[in-house]
Amino acid sequence: MNFLALFDLSVLDSTVRLAVPLLLACLAGLFSERGGIFDIGLEGKMLAAAFFSAAIAATTGSVWIGLLAGIGASLTLSAVHGVASITFRGNQLISGVAINFLAAGLTVLIAQSWFRQGGRTPSLIGGGRFEPITLPFADALTTVPFFGPLYSELISGHSILVYVALLCVPGTWYILFRTRFGLRLRAVGENPAAVDTAGVSVVGLRFAAVGICGILCGIAGAYLATGLQAGFVKDMTAGRGFIALAALIFAKWRPWHALWATLLFGYLQAIALRPDIIEGALGFKVQVQLLDAMPYILTVVILAGFVGKAIPPRAGGEPYVKER
Amino acid sequence: MTATHPAIELKGISKAFGPVQANKDISIRVMPGTIHGIIGENGAGKSTLMSILYGFYKADAGEVFIAGQKTDIPDSQAAIAAGIGMVFQHFKLVENFTVLENIILGAEDGGFLKPSLAKARKSLVDLAAEYELNVDPDARIEEIGVGMQQRVEILKALYRQADILILDEPTGVLTPAEADQLFRILGRLREEGKTIILITHKLREIMDTTDTVSVMRRGEMTATVKTSETSPEQLAELMVGRKVLLRVDKTPAAPGPVVLDIQNLRVVDEQKVERLRGIDLQVRAGEILGIAGVAGNGQSELLEVLGGYADGTGTVTLNGQPIDLTGKYSDGRSRRTNGIAHVPEDRQREGLIMDFAAWENTAFGYHHDPAYTSGLLSNNAAIKAETQAKMNRFDVRPPNPQLAAKNFSGGNQQKIVLAREIERNPDLLLVGQPTRGVDIGAIEFIHQQIVALRDQGKAILLVSVELEEILSLADRVAVMFDGQIMGERLSQDTDEKELGLLMAGVGA
Repeated sequence: MNFLALFDLSVLDSTVRLAVPLLLACLAGLFSERGGIFDIGLEGKMLAAAFFSAAIAATTGSVWIGLLAGIGASLTLSAVHGVASITFRGNQLISGVAINFLAAGLTVLIAQSWFRQGGRTPSLIGGGRFEPITLPFADALTTVPFFGPLYSELISGHSILVYVALLCVPGTWYILFRTRFGLRLRAVGENPAAVDTAGVSVVGLRFAAVGICGILCGIAGAYLATGLQAGFVKDMTAGRGFIALAALIFAKWRPWHALWATLLFGYLQAIALRPDIIEGALGFKVQVQLLDAMPYILTVVILAGFVGKAIPPRAGGEPYVKER
Repeated sequence: MTATHPAIELKGISKAFGPVQANKDISIRVMPGTIHGIIGENGAGKSTLMSILYGFYKADAGEVFIAGQKTDIPDSQAAIAAGIGMVFQHFKLVENFTVLENIILGAEDGGFLKPSLAKARKSLVDLAAEYELNVDPDARIEEIGVGMQQRVEILKALYRQADILILDEPTGVLTPAEADQLFRILGRLREEGKTIILITHKLREIMDTTDTVSVMRRGEMTATVKTSETSPEQLAELMVGRKVLLRVDKTPAAPGPVVLDIQNLRVVDEQKVERLRGIDLQVRAGEILGIAGVAGNGQSELLEVLGGYADGTGTVTLNGQPIDLTGKYSDGRSRRTNGIAHVPEDRQREGLIMDFAAWENTAFGYHHDPAYTSGLLSNNAAIKAETQAKMNRFDVRPPNPQLAAKNFSGGNQQKIVLAREIERNPDLLLVGQPTRGVDIGAIEFIHQQIVALRDQGKAILLVSVELEEILSLADRVAVMFDGQIMGERLSQDTDEKELGLLMAGVGA
């Protein structure tokens, strides 16, 4: 047996790429839930963003306009969630479920009506996709032992959105723990009454949280359709929104932990694509179906609470009503 | 010239919630550098009035003048800008933030935290020196006691340059020593020229600390008087609208045989901390044993074990019969069958289901009573009729069995629980904090009911953090400290000072 083979550079490379949509969605959920708004509609927002980014990129030929369209679609759904759960103090879970159904149905319906290709968008070519970027010195360093291949294969050669997502981790940490906005956001998720009596708008903060969530979900969805794949297909998020939620709980609502958690899920997805490597490493064949199921099994295990005690933001899921 | 302006003047404030007139044409003047008490029963409109002043509610009519200037207070931000700080009854703190973070929340300087925190740390040192308000700026709120948390609330207001401090029922959660400390701090703030409004329903606090006092009853301001020119009896009468007995009227106890016998009772909680460390107690028929102590010294655990919803070790007998402390018969229903009735400490969590109607709450714990059932079904008509009768006997207002428990005032909720438990004719009644959050008129009634049960020859175990209540209601007092009984006294032979020392773990 050769366990090192399980960490083949090509597997790690696809781990990063597969972890990126999870990471973005996870950070999206982190902002929303830290602000006290539970969001199980990450999936739906990603899906809507994936479709609109691919559709607009296909029609305009510009992936950047596609990205903006994806973010716009995701933000629209965020606004729906915000109005339902903040303004009208509705049930956040029901609103989230509604968004998921809405996105699953509408994307296919509009795709069929616009492109008539069975609910998918045309394959994206040229400027319609985010192309890999080669970082400086990537070619020159390939000959350096160990570090060279690591840099040129693993770190270099991803699309811009991968680097954006990775920069979002320290960015989120900084915003959350070093800025006034972060302090207020965390406070509103823990005890909105404290924020309200301090003279700060609970509604404003929560809409900001839901808005940031929408933007990040939009980038995640756009990356799925225009970076990871070349176009939109039905249900292409494949539960990633829910996996991101599981990763969020696993990470205990902390940005750096979110990175590690989503990398773990990304790794499970990456290794499932390479049954040959697993066979080589373990010395026996593992059913492909089992490998495919691993991220979802881990999700169930995490959500069932087997991985330590995770304390969510205390006011999460509760609409804020001023008390007498 | 400016010194003659009142710090706060309210003119003709009215506020209605639907058909309920919470505040009716209220006018009040508070002079700077004084402590002004506002006293009234629960639901008299004190909190509504202060919420209007703090911008939580908008008054239907009336004007607010701060230091002689007419001021509009549409939200809390405006109240803070006008120099008003409020310490709510339930603190508005973020539990997992540090003291410092809570203090700057909403009053940060600029977008980044570092300079804000540094500035707050510095001014916290100054405030601590000026007002003797010492707190550890880096402690998390969940790690410090309620007395400290209250200081943080006061510091929050002072950090925002508040000149007027409103405190809503500030001593409800404090020990006597913490309350004394709070009043020293308030005295200090008054010396420095701050104006303080103290909302309370405790007459003694008003008499001890305020300069002037306003009395509210049913949304109206019934009187404003100088504290030195009034008496507790007069204030109580103004609050309730009739003469009130402030002492419990009872004859000496005639204790009979031992009903409850507790030997070496021990309880270990989930964190493996021993909360009861070998309790020995006896309660006789026809006597009230009061358990005094600062909250959190094992009284709650004692009630929980005796009430059948926590496990313990040791021997407990009722009329000579052993009570099951851990096994199959250690539950509320078995306890009731044994003849133990229980009025829990927290009536909103353990005594009632707040969203359920009064008649449903009346049946809880006794829902299997044949009088309440017909075959497999519950006999709702019978329960409702019984509830109606109980409500009339216990003077529950409004006497409507269909109303959800949450729609009754604290005193009336307690009467519903009491009516359910007392009328079952138990051999032993466990009562926890019978009058917490209950207004004066109802306190008198509840105390009378407990004494009447004693006079029927029942044993009563009373747990209360109110020393006054223990001294006036109980025949015998046992003081708990750190899970042990520090001493027992006959209530006519002891006083608050002696009990206070025992509560602090001194003496005995």
